[in-house]
Amino acid sequence: MSATLTAPPPVPSAQPAAPRRKKPSYDWGDSVFKYVTLAFALSILAIALGIAYELFINSSLARHAFGWAFLGKQIWDPVAENFGALPFIYGTLVSSLLALIIAVPLGVGVAIFLAELAPRRVSDACSFLVELLAAIPSVVYGLIGIFVLVPFMRVHLQPLLIKLLGWTPLFKGPAYGVGMLTAGIVLAIMIVPFIATISREVLLSVPLPLKESAMALGATHWEVVRLAVLPYARSGIIGSIFLGLGRALGETMAVTMVIGNRPEIAASLLAPGYTMAAVLANEFTEATSDLYVHTLIEIGLVLFMITIVVNGVARLILLRMNADPAGR
Amino acid sequence: MSYDRYRKFYNAAAFTVTALCAGLTLAVLFFVLGYVTVHGISSLSWNFFTRLPTPVGESGGGMANAIVGTIKLVFLAAVLGLPVGIMGGVYLAEYGAANRLGFFVRFAADVINGVPSIVMGIFAYTIVVLPMKHFSTLAGGVALAIMLIPIAVRSTEEFLKLVPRAVRESALALGLPQWKVITMVVIPTAFRGLLTGVLLNLSRVSGETAPLLFTAFGNRYWSSGWMNPISSLPVMIFTYAVSPYEDWHRQAWAAALVLMILVLVTNIGARLIMRRGVAVS
Repeated sequence: MSATLTAPPPVPSAQPAAPRRKKPSYDWGDSVFKYVTLAFALSILAIALGIAYELFINSSLARHAFGWAFLGKQIWDPVAENFGALPFIYGTLVSSLLALIIAVPLGVGVAIFLAELAPRRVSDACSFLVELLAAIPSVVYGLIGIFVLVPFMRVHLQPLLIKLLGWTPLFKGPAYGVGMLTAGIVLAIMIVPFIATISREVLLSVPLPLKESAMALGATHWEVVRLAVLPYARSGIIGSIFLGLGRALGETMAVTMVIGNRPEIAASLLAPGYTMAAVLANEFTEATSDLYVHTLIEIGLVLFMITIVVNGVARLILLRMNADPAGR
Repeated sequence: MSYDRYRKFYNAAAFTVTALCAGLTLAVLFFVLGYVTVHGISSLSWNFFTRLPTPVGESGGGMANAIVGTIKLVFLAAVLGLPVGIMGGVYLAEYGAANRLGFFVRFAADVINGVPSIVMGIFAYTIVVLPMKHFSTLAGGVALAIMLIPIAVRSTEEFLKLVPRAVRESALALGLPQWKVITMVVIPTAFRGLLTGVLLNLSRVSGETAPLLFTAFGNRYWSSGWMNPISSLPVMIFTYAVSPYEDWHRQAWAAALVLMILVLVTNIGARLIMRRGVAVS
C-alpha cells in the first residue's frame, strides 16, 4: 500500500509488462469464471446438506425426549407435551396411496391417449392444457376443495359409499365431507399432470420399428400398446409415478384444507385424518414451547427423508431409462 | 372369427377408456378455471386492488397490501435465487456435463426440487427467522429463493445444452476465451429459452403458500422495508378460506382469481416465448 504511494511505477517498467499482461489475462478470466460458476454449483449441494443439518440440529430436544418411539406413538397432547408422529405418518402415506390408486390409471390412460391415439397437434395442445393443471397454485385447489368437493362428498358421494360399501371397515361411519378420501381425490387431481406428461414423453420415445413389428404380426392397435409399447416404457412410467408420489407426500395446502386435521388413526377412509405437512402448516406458528417446535421440526425431518428417498428412486429410474431406454 | 371380433371390440373399448381419461382430466381443468372465474369476478371490485383488509365484522376492504407483498416476495426471491441457479446451470452445461461432480450437483438439484415446500419453509425459518427472532419479508424471500434455485439450475442447463456445439467452436476459433464464448455467444443464443425457464419458475413460486406461513407470516397492514412480516395473496387465500366469515370467503375467491390469472398469464406467456413446452418436472 505505502509502496505504491511512495513509488509510482515508472513509465518504462510498463513496457515489459505489456506483452505479458495479455496472455495471463486470458487464463485468469477463464479460471475465475469457471470457479465462480463452480462455487454456485456447489452451493446447491450446500443447500441439500444444509436442509438436512438444520432439520437435524433443530429437532434435538424432541429426538432426545422421545427417541425412536416417537415414530410409533399415537398420542398428540401439546398441553402435557407428549407427542407421537404415527397418526401423521399414517395419514401422509394413506392419503398419498389413495391419490396413486386414482391418479395412476387416470394419468397412464391420458398418456396412452395422447401418445397413441390423438393426432400430434391435438396431443400437443392437450398436454399443454394438462400441464396448466400442474401450474394452478395448490391453495386454489384447496379453496375448490373446501367449497365444492367437501359439500359434494358429504351430500352425494360419501352417503352412497356408506350405503353400498358400509359393511366393510373402509367405508364406515358418518359422512363428514372432509377426510382421507377427499384428500386423496384432491391429491390425485394434482399429481395426474406429472404422471400424464412424463409418461407421454416416455411413450413417444418408444422406437417405431418395435411397434411396426408387432403390427406386422397382426396385433390390433391396443395389443401393440399392451404387448410392445407398455413393457418397453414400463420403467419410465414407474419413474413418473414415483415423482407424482413425491409430490403427493409433501403437498401441504390443499390437503390441510380438506383432510379434517384430526390426529387419530381410523380404519375408515371417510374419517378425518392429518398429514405431516398439514400439522406443520397448522401448528408451527402456534407452537409455544421449544420442545413443541423441535417436535414439529422432527416431523419435518421425517417428511424430508421420506421424500428424498422417493425422489431419489424416481430420478435414478428416469436416469437409467435415459441411459438405456429399454430399462434392462 | 368371433375371437377377432372380440379383439377389435376390445381395441375400441380400451382406447375409448383412455379418451375418457383425457376428457375427464381436461374437464377438471376447465371446471377449476371456470368456477374460480365465476366466483372471483362476482366478488372482485376496485376496492380489492386499492384498500387494506378491514377488521373482522366490517365488510368491504381489499388486499392491496397482499398484492404488493406477493410482488415484493417474488422480486426478492428472483434477486437472491436466480443468480445462483443460472450460474450453477452454466457450470453444469459448460463444465460439468460429463464429470462426477456435475452428476452429483444435477442429482442434488433434482432431489431438492422434490423436497416439500413446507420443509423449505422450516429451513428458511431456522436460518433466517431463528437468528433474527422475528418473521420478515427477507425470510419469505429466502424460502422462495431456495425453492426456485433447483429449477433454475436445471432449466438453464437444458437450454444451454440446446446451443449447437458448432456455435461454441466457431467462437473459440476466432480466439475468444471460453468465458467470453459463454457470456457473449452461448447465453445470448439461448436467451429466449432462459427467459422461458425464469418465467415458468417465477410463476410457480408466486403461487406458493406453505413456505411463507412461518417465514413471511402475514400482515394486515402495509409492510415497510424488508425486515417486517408481510402478507401475500396465497397466504391470504388460505387464512380467509378457513375462516368462518362469509365476507372473507368472497374475498378469498377474488384473491384466488387474481392469483390464478397472475400465475397462468406468466406461465402461458413463458411458453409462447419459447413456443415449445417444458416438462412439468
